[in-house]
Amino acid sequence: MDPECSRLLPALCAALADPGQPVADDTCLEKLLDWFKSITEAGSSLQLLRDSPCLVELLLQVPQAPGLSPRVLAFALRLAGLLAAQEACFQFLQQGELLPGLFGEAGPLGGAAWTAPTVRSGWIQGLRSLAQHPGALPFLAELGALDTVVALQGDSSLFVASAAGQLLAHILGLALGGQAEGPPGPPVCDWPASAQAVVGHLEEALSSPAAPRVTQALHVLTTTLGHCHRPWTQVLWARLSPLVARLLEKDPVPAAHSLVDLLLSVARSPALSSDRGWWETAAWALGHLRPAHAGPLALGLLTLQDCPQALSAQAFAVLLQPLACVLKATAQAPAPPGWPARPEGDPAAATLLSSRSACVGLLCQTLAHLELLQPLPQRPAPWPQAPLLGAALTVLRFCNGSAVPAPGSDVGSRLCAVLAGCARVQRAALSLLGALSEDAGPPELVTQVFAVLLDYLRSPDSSPTVLKKAFQATLQWLLSTPTPPGGCAPDPPAQPFLGELLPVLQRRLCSPCWEVRDSSLEFLTQLAGHWAGHAGFRHALLASEVPELARQLLQDPESYVRASAVTAVGQLASRGLHAGPERPGGPQKGALPELLGVLAADPEGFPRRAAMQVFTRWLRAGHAEAAADPERFVAGVLRAAGRDLDWEVRAQGLELGRAFLERVLGRAGPPCPYAVAAPEPAAPEPAAQALRAACRVRLPEFALRALFDCDRPVAREACALLLLLRDQAAPGHGLPEAGPAAAPVEAALQRWRAGEQAQLLGPLEPEAVLAVLRSLDLEGLRGALAESSDHVERNPQSLLQDMLATAGLRGDNEADCY
Amino acid sequence: MKLYCLSGHPTLPCNVLKFKSTTIMLDCGLDMTSTLNFLPLPLVQSPRLSNLPGWSLKDGNVFLDKELKECSGHVFVDSVPEFCLPETELIDLSTVDVILISNYHCMMALPYITEHTGFTGTVYATEPTVQIGRLLMEELVNFIERVPKAQSASVWKNKDVQRLLPSPLKDAVEVSTWRRCYSMQEVNSALSKIQLVGYSQKIELFGAVQVTPLSSGYALGSSNWIIQSHYEKVSYVSGSSLLTTHPQPMDQASLKNSDVLVLTGLTQIPTANPDGMVGEFFSNLALTVRNGGNVLVPCYPSGVIYDLLECLYQYIDSAGLSSIPFYFLSPVANSSLEFSQIFAEWLCHNKQAKVYLPEPPFPHAELIQTNKLKHYPSIHGDFSNDFRQPCVVFTGHPSLRFGDVVHFMELWGKSSLNTVIFTEPDFSYLEALAPYQPLAMKCIYCPIDTRLNFIQVSKLLKEVQPLHVVCPEQYTQPPPTQAHRMDLMIDCQPPPMSYRRAEVLALPFKRRYEKIEIMPELADSLVPMEIKPGISLATVSAVLHTKDNKHVLQPPPRPAPPAGGKKRKRVNDDIPDCKVLKPLLSGSIPVEQFVQTLEKHGFSDIKVEDTSKGHIVLLQEAETLIQIEEDSTHIICDNDEMLRVRLRDLVLKFLQKF
Repeated sequence: MDPECSRLLPALCAALADPGQPVADDTCLEKLLDWFKSITEAGSSLQLLRDSPCLVELLLQVPQAPGLSPRVLAFALRLAGLLAAQEACFQFLQQGELLPGLFGEAGPLGGAAWTAPTVRSGWIQGLRSLAQHPGALPFLAELGALDTVVALQGDSSLFVASAAGQLLAHILGLALGGQAEGPPGPPVCDWPASAQAVVGHLEEALSSPAAPRVTQALHVLTTTLGHCHRPWTQVLWARLSPLVARLLEKDPVPAAHSLVDLLLSVARSPALSSDRGWWETAAWALGHLRPAHAGPLALGLLTLQDCPQALSAQAFAVLLQPLACVLKATAQAPAPPGWPARPEGDPAAATLLSSRSACVGLLCQTLAHLELLQPLPQRPAPWPQAPLLGAALTVLRFCNGSAVPAPGSDVGSRLCAVLAGCARVQRAALSLLGALSEDAGPPELVTQVFAVLLDYLRSPDSSPTVLKKAFQATLQWLLSTPTPPGGCAPDPPAQPFLGELLPVLQRRLCSPCWEVRDSSLEFLTQLAGHWAGHAGFRHALLASEVPELARQLLQDPESYVRASAVTAVGQLASRGLHAGPERPGGPQKGALPELLGVLAADPEGFPRRAAMQVFTRWLRAGHAEAAADPERFVAGVLRAAGRDLDWEVRAQGLELGRAFLERVLGRAGPPCPYAVAAPEPAAPEPAAQALRAACRVRLPEFALRALFDCDRPVAREACALLLLLRDQAAPGHGLPEAGPAAAPVEAALQRWRAGEQAQLLGPLEPEAVLAVLRSLDLEGLRGALAESSDHVERNPQSLLQDMLATAGLRGDNEADCY
Repeated sequence: MKLYCLSGHPTLPCNVLKFKSTTIMLDCGLDMTSTLNFLPLPLVQSPRLSNLPGWSLKDGNVFLDKELKECSGHVFVDSVPEFCLPETELIDLSTVDVILISNYHCMMALPYITEHTGFTGTVYATEPTVQIGRLLMEELVNFIERVPKAQSASVWKNKDVQRLLPSPLKDAVEVSTWRRCYSMQEVNSALSKIQLVGYSQKIELFGAVQVTPLSSGYALGSSNWIIQSHYEKVSYVSGSSLLTTHPQPMDQASLKNSDVLVLTGLTQIPTANPDGMVGEFFSNLALTVRNGGNVLVPCYPSGVIYDLLECLYQYIDSAGLSSIPFYFLSPVANSSLEFSQIFAEWLCHNKQAKVYLPEPPFPHAELIQTNKLKHYPSIHGDFSNDFRQPCVVFTGHPSLRFGDVVHFMELWGKSSLNTVIFTEPDFSYLEALAPYQPLAMKCIYCPIDTRLNFIQVSKLLKEVQPLHVVCPEQYTQPPPTQAHRMDLMIDCQPPPMSYRRAEVLALPFKRRYEKIEIMPELADSLVPMEIKPGISLATVSAVLHTKDNKHVLQPPPRPAPPAGGKKRKRVNDDIPDCKVLKPLLSGSIPVEQFVQTLEKHGFSDIKVEDTSKGHIVLLQEAETLIQIEEDSTHIICDNDEMLRVRLRDLVLKFLQKF
């Protein structure tokens, strides 16, 4: 602790212990605790107390001070716990009877202050910090803390209740920390008393008829078994697993959600999952839990690396059951291989037939689980791709009313009524459908996939969010469609689909709903990015109105749409799909003037940022509009970006400058393979030429001005760019005196530093730039800019001063009153 | 209580309710789908239509070729279009006391009923309903009268001839009752019989029932009706909407506690969500116009067009359509746009609030002011000078058989750049287009029907909980084209009673009570006697006086003073001239105690049998039986009057007298 802090601390402690003083807010107290924590972690707590006796004083005064704010009380409890975490300090505090005074009956426990959740929370957190060494256990026992903690598990404040559960688990772990390694551990009856007490409590709660108590016990057990894999956990599980198994036999199973968490936590524990009995419990649970709970358990089991074959088959069947019901509801055919055979009368069907929310919830959960499982390497093999595709398609057909239920199927007619127009299920099913594109499917099913996707894209009833999902799924399927070498046309069924897709896209781009226009443009951007190489697609796109509509949307009233239109137009232009030669009679203007227009005139930031990104991408990819005359291009863009009020646009300007520098320095990547008339990469130029080029586009002026930008990210980027320029143009030079050429620049820098950003600087000569770059301490600047903006305010001294100032406020006010 | 169903069209209902002593007609909708069988009436001579070949029978017989014309495989009647009227034979319509109108679409048959059936009653409707209804009728009459057609086909209607015709003419129902359009004079006369009402206004009908219109949320001034007596309540729900469009929101709460709820006028396109359709409408409109094509929107002059114009107002600039002219052509276009702005009290809250700013409630005023929307009575006159293409034209009639729309179909039908967008759900768009085939212009079907869908109905019924629901038979099964959609029908308990055209339904509840008032002086004279805690009885002798369906108990008239003899006057002064009153009995006979009493009085060999209504006590020795039922007790013994009297007295011991 530095001397200044040592000087301030006593006054602060006195202020905190004084009920009459206004208290600093929670954030300050938290910061103060963080500071103490960093001190105790770095050194001895005992030494801290000896150096700062005011802290002991504070801890002694707090329990006696009536009317003290609950926040300060909680702070003191947590501070005491933090200090007592070290055994030596614990002993020291114990000698002074300070800890019982804080945590025992003499403290806030049971008093009026106890009604404040903050105090209860502070009490638990204090004990949690304190209980780090075996010596703490007798202290806890003396306090009788265990009973209080057990009671606090049912606290009205969720934070307190959760912390109480964690403390119990921690106490158990601490009590058994000294156990010898290597199985089997001693039986529970030989465990330390505190551990036995916790186990006794858990046993009692697990046998209780009250579901909340069962839930609390399961939470403690889950925390314990999830974090500790020592041999004693096997003894604990052996003792408690019969009680857990008994819970599973009840109907309905109480606290099913927590039970699933526990089972999964056991499954992930290497110490426990080797037990054969456990797998039987899991199998039993899969068979007895309701589908809504069995689903998460099944998914958890399937994601395990070492799940036994039989159990994983059972879990997968549970997961597939609702979809099997869906398939069965529309078809008379027998279940496909690897698919649950008799879905009638099972719990999944019953859930689907029950309330609307249960039906929708189960289907959404199942679809989401399968989507999560699909990309995992440990997913069941063989993966039932075809039935899953069929089921996802059937769900989607139920949702748009086109599915015809099998005659006499109750589930079918129920699904018909419940799912019609249900956007939640539509989104989940479309997500799964998209994920399933990773695997191939039978051609006839893939044809159906495209047909259903087209229905959704076409349907006026698809809500904007559903439509977005449909676009995503469509893109995923289009990308997964194998394309023949030579890239002339995609395979059927994607080829006819593309033909029908463009008129739909055209209509969607004209939608009155901006979200629809926006996601249509995003889709168009991605579609063009992936398919621009296919002659058939190019031809169809250019023959359609789509590029023209995308261009018109640059004028959209919604800024998000304009931003997406900028990206789309940029993408189309870079792929030669913007107002191409196939459009006779149309204006043969490129996209550059239009996007420059957006950058210069758009009132919102998003479209301008999008335009800058497009320009940078163009320059990097060697797109014709940028490559024809890169210097003119970059100069034009920088001129517009330099005046921009949006810091991201200015930062993007620097990014463009970097791309330009890399290009002239000969580091440009390969030009885009789709670019129209791809130019030859610029020949590497010597550094001096690069500097001259940079000066011609007025990049140094832009970067120097940005160096003093009020937005730090811009300044940092500018600093990095200037460093690059200096290191390339004048490598190995020290910091010589600035020459006379640099004088006006220096003057301008002074003005900019003073915040007069409006001041302009004329074109710079390379020599002047070099001189300025050498004279500037760019490394130092980089270090300063790397500091976070509040680094001055974050030091402990400032914190203590702030808190003291708050405490002193009241006195000032009183003086004012007189 | 009976319901006579005169129309088979679920959204253009015409029912007659007989309730207490009143005969109430609920709506009189006119089914105009019959006009689809006729050739369009072109405003400008159309060589294509006038040169259509006559239709001949398979055997080459051409006797119908003057009446029937063939176009692209369809056969049409070449005559003035005719309409299918509500059933007139099922009930004598001159006995109808009142007609309740729920919205302007459901009153189009009014002149046929009020002018040609001997109707002498009153029609009740809200002011916007009457005014806009008048506009619709005026437009219809104008459309038909301005294209006079000499020919009126009738031979094809002959039943023997009709059998020979191709579908759909062959299957057309009741063609003999189809009638030509009414005249403006008849319209005026019919409308003069209307009495204006306001929402929640209570209207007494002959003292027997009270009718009340409630906001139904579907159109300006549209109403549902409550028809109630003191103890019965019938709700008539016709054309309601829960969507937030321009009219005042639907009043659902007042429909609660109905004995019968007659439910008509649900959405005709239950699978189409109006919001999605509006989106579709504008996407297609913008796409066509951007390609240099024209858009034709066949529509009614009031209703959804207000909402479409409002959406257009918000959309026009964002879609880059500011330079495109929008035309609204109708003989009543001006009145419709003006009327919509003056019915503030009938509008939704937001629009009402605008009036106080003050601003016009509908933004189409601004569209007109800025010259983006122009309206004309017809294609003749000013319109031909201002007409610019590409453009968007809103005009009638949605059937495409008459009105200015016929001209635009002929004008634009040949180019695939143009689009016709159907927004009105009343006519099948394919049938409407049939006489224009082959057609190059694009056809888009975006039916916008804001009326209740089945999900909303099911929520409404759960909320309102009527004892019985009565609805057209179409609502009790899924639509024929989507037989698997069990969600597209009314699902309620008990299942709804359904009706079809020309059916009479006996509504399933009995009237049990009637309210009777007691005059104060008579009430004064009553002496109630408490027979059970909380229940008192009194005998009443009075005269029941019934007038105008109100029942009043009055004190009995004093007898006329006798001719003379003062002696008797005193005796009769306070006692009415009636028989000596026997005491009234009340209470029930506890069988076990009664048997014990019988035994005490020397009866033996007593047997008790339980029956469905009570008990029979058998005195086997005396060959006598005593039937004890809830509301009667009989002692049956043969010719032993002494025994009977003994038994009667024992029975009477258990009963209270007063």
